[in-house]
Amino acid sequence: MLFKRFLPLIIFGGIFLAFLVGLTLNPREIPSALINKPVPDFSLPPLEGAGVGLDTAALKDPDNIIVVNFFASWCGPCRIEHPALVQFENMAGVKLFGIAYKDRPSHSLSFLKSLGNPYDRIGADLKGRNAIDWGVTGTPESFIIKNGIIRYQHIGPIHTVQMEKILTVIADLQAEDGS
Amino acid sequence: MRFLLIPLLCLTFSLTAAAIGVDKDRLSDPEQEARAQSIMKQLRCLVCQNQSIVESDAGLAVDLRGIVREQVKAGQSDRQILHFMTSRYGDWVLLQPPFKAATLLLWLGPLFLLLIGGYFVFRYVRQKPTTVLTEPLTADEEKRLQQILRENDT
Repeated sequence: MLFKRFLPLIIFGGIFLAFLVGLTLNPREIPSALINKPVPDFSLPPLEGAGVGLDTAALKDPDNIIVVNFFASWCGPCRIEHPALVQFENMAGVKLFGIAYKDRPSHSLSFLKSLGNPYDRIGADLKGRNAIDWGVTGTPESFIIKNGIIRYQHIGPIHTVQMEKILTVIADLQAEDGS
Repeated sequence: MRFLLIPLLCLTFSLTAAAIGVDKDRLSDPEQEARAQSIMKQLRCLVCQNQSIVESDAGLAVDLRGIVREQVKAGQSDRQILHFMTSRYGDWVLLQPPFKAATLLLWLGPLFLLLIGGYFVFRYVRQKPTTVLTEPLTADEEKRLQQILRENDT
């Protein structure tokens, strides 16, 4: 009898909790299905006359945590996250690789010239086909890779708050080695 | 002649409507193109999310349409093409969520609610009239009742 009386309240509580969680989720963030999967097979040419390009083998580097960042000169948020990317440059045991998404190489180059180039290597994904293999829905998007396995994905620009999260992820991955 | 004008106008405007979302690289084989279209209709545009990639002009949707057509042309089955998409973007890319353990509530929830509602409706319809006289009227009350009824008659 007591249960019957409180049943509506219990149902309300259940729905309330479901909404409380559900409404804080962001439907725009579509997680890649590639988390904890090997990086896709690819080989991208370098930006015209700059560096060596990027391929799968480079991401299987056993000595470093790899951050792969999809960017484009036409993408405003990419400009915003640039200061965050610079932080990876001198980080021990971390390498930052860039993939220029659907961007004219000359535009990518002048973008990097004006802001500074934080990337160790850059591949040019002219048609955006490679990005689809990664489950990328737009720029900027970043992946953290260890031993050729995608371990973390960040969708959207990296602000200070997200950078903290990313740094913990990297530190955790580096700590795995010790065990 | 005038009775033809309106249908003619409608026809003219509907032609432009059909032209939206038409790609230049449609498959030449109409059967293949139809199959590609039916697959595209099942795929969510990941940029403008409540549209299928057929209805969207977002860059990514255009690219995905290209991939679907390519794979249809290469003779891939519908299932293989959908798998290509879900292995990259997860089940979210399917406009119709697949039936599996994680989506059980989604698929069976409405049926479950219908059964609960049905049960209450059934119980309501089946119930016996519950107006029960708790006490018979006393002699005084009976007299007064008859009086009121008589007054109403006149």
